[in-house]
Amino acid sequence: MMDLLRFSTAGSVDDGKSTLIGRLLYDTKSIFEDQLEAIERTSRDRGDDYLDLALLTDGLRAEREQGITIDVAYRYFATPRRKFILADTPGHIQYTRNMVTGASTVNLAIVLVDARSGIVEQTRRHSFIASLLQIKHLVVAINKMDLVDYSEDVFNKLVEEYTAFSSKLNVPDIRYVPLSALRGDNVAERSERMPWYQGPSLLYILESVHVGNDYNFVDSRFPVQYVIRPQSETHRDYRGYSGRVAGGVFKPGDEVLVLPSGFTSKIRSIDSFEGPVAEAFPPMSVTMTLEDEIDISRGDMIVKRDNQTKVSQDIDLMVCWMNEKPLQPNGKYLLRHTSREVKCIVKDVRYKVDINTLHRFENDKALGLNDIGRIQIRTSSPLLCDPYVRNRNTGSLILIDEFTNETVAAGMIL
Amino acid sequence: MDYRLSHLQQLEAEAIYVIREAAAQFKRPAMLFSGGKDSITMAWLARKAFWPAKLPFPLLHVDTGHNFPETIEYRDQFVADIGARLIVSYVQDSIDSGRVVEEKGYNKSRNGLQSVTLLDAIESNKFDACLGGGRRDEEKARAKERFFSHRDEFGQWDPKNQRPELWDLFNGRMHPGENFRVFPISNWTELDVWMYIRQENIPLPNLYFSHKRRVVDREGVLLAETPFISLVSGESYEERTIRFRTIGDATCTGAIESDSADIDAIIEEISASRITERGGRADDKRSESAMEDRKKQGYF
Repeated sequence: MMDLLRFSTAGSVDDGKSTLIGRLLYDTKSIFEDQLEAIERTSRDRGDDYLDLALLTDGLRAEREQGITIDVAYRYFATPRRKFILADTPGHIQYTRNMVTGASTVNLAIVLVDARSGIVEQTRRHSFIASLLQIKHLVVAINKMDLVDYSEDVFNKLVEEYTAFSSKLNVPDIRYVPLSALRGDNVAERSERMPWYQGPSLLYILESVHVGNDYNFVDSRFPVQYVIRPQSETHRDYRGYSGRVAGGVFKPGDEVLVLPSGFTSKIRSIDSFEGPVAEAFPPMSVTMTLEDEIDISRGDMIVKRDNQTKVSQDIDLMVCWMNEKPLQPNGKYLLRHTSREVKCIVKDVRYKVDINTLHRFENDKALGLNDIGRIQIRTSSPLLCDPYVRNRNTGSLILIDEFTNETVAAGMIL
Repeated sequence: MDYRLSHLQQLEAEAIYVIREAAAQFKRPAMLFSGGKDSITMAWLARKAFWPAKLPFPLLHVDTGHNFPETIEYRDQFVADIGARLIVSYVQDSIDSGRVVEEKGYNKSRNGLQSVTLLDAIESNKFDACLGGGRRDEEKARAKERFFSHRDEFGQWDPKNQRPELWDLFNGRMHPGENFRVFPISNWTELDVWMYIRQENIPLPNLYFSHKRRVVDREGVLLAETPFISLVSGESYEERTIRFRTIGDATCTGAIESDSADIDAIIEEISASRITERGGRADDKRSESAMEDRKKQGYF
């Protein structure tokens, strides 16, 4: 069975990110002749004497003109074992929000380190964002090994340095690969130029890393997304609750509780177009029917009777601020959490985090664009939630400006 | 039990989630339907998303008038089979009413004019969202599209000022007069679409399969003989064994030479192909940022 890996890269001009992506696409035969022709033409027109693989990954005109990556771009490639979705994000501090956006949906992050400059501010920032967003697998790609004579000593020192730093992180699986994206060493194939490295190539890690347990299969969570009522001849009284399983495993016959009303019932059936479903688990999209007629609508959550979510109006969370207009102390915002939309008011800013050093500033509480901090809010009606570390689906939320309708913050519930 | 889904099952679950989210968040959504494989796949997913109910929104076809007859025949059959409601907007109406002026020259196309007809249809039907079969792997400007993509009151896309889209929390809030494009199969590749069509046994217009047809080779793009194309000196039609890799307006959808007569053969052909799907689209060859420019104007 071919499965799917979502992963991210973060990086800025000159650290070799574009070359690495270009190399991955090239080595998996994902670059097409007409794409190559188009970038050859553009490189030539600009007077470059080399083929600029960054043109493949920088999509928008402004980016091409300025030579920078300003947004998340998604790339797709596949090997016979896996399909890959790559969220390619910029690495500068002013694009922290883009990194957070890219990191929010992935299983694995690649942190690029230039072997010559070692662990720098940007390395720490990317790693911290990956940890904050609960990415469970991190690959530290020590790049440009060709420029340090493929030295084992350089590699070992960097691994040691990063290992010391990463004790502050909350990432269970960290691996290190020495590579040269430019020359293809250890990207798709093991390199002969680094015989001292016994580990797998980067692509092999991407193909084989086990991500099956990244979902929460313990706490059963089913946010009701849409109520299906055909009112047709054949399904006159059908009332199905459709949604995507956000945690745990549901089976027909399970005793369930509907939040926030507190009504209890049993699952009568789990339906799909193909027929009845024996077990529903994340991230399946299904439709449930219950034994009892109870009033359930979008925004409600179906859980197992013996395993409930937190139900609370007072929420502590980490936020990444995403808008030019800074967070307003005591400001009111719209809040989207699972299929629920409520209002909230900011009660307190606890601290701001320096994302380069992880230092907490309890005296600086101004959260502006790209800032990350801990806040406390009160919502107009209860959220049915779990801590983000326990469940990414029921632990995440966004804040929306009521007047501009823009998404202004990403929140992770503590 | 092994709690794992194949990559197609994961993509399907994601697309169904996005389609349901659009139906829940918008008051008057519509699903764009061209009769091409991507919109067929999307409509198929929508049918699954709401089963046993019917689609809670209509299908909208923006008809350039420059169709392959097979597409229209297929469209009507498909719509009847899934019990959907179909609304057709005609580019010809936009031309007749003076809203747009037909392009001139031998390489003229109505492809760009569709944007105006689409925006008019959105306005007259008061649609607040249009679901489209666009995929991020199709073209580099599309690689940055959101699932829920905001359009201002002029129908324009502002790629530098897109709303961040995190996890699977979509923000479909808007001011009056604005609208959204929603792309449920954003994360699918051309090959994923074909593998899904094979898995689901979805019927397709026969234009996708190898057949003999008279075509003209225009700057490397094979265009089918239709009443809408006029040859210039030096050009002539000749019969070749071809199929279409994409289906759109007949004046700019290029055919490829191919013997692939069934889905297995097509999947094999695409897996080995070294040219992208849109490599045969004359509309994309106009400039480096042709797609980005059209999208800013309100194109699909």
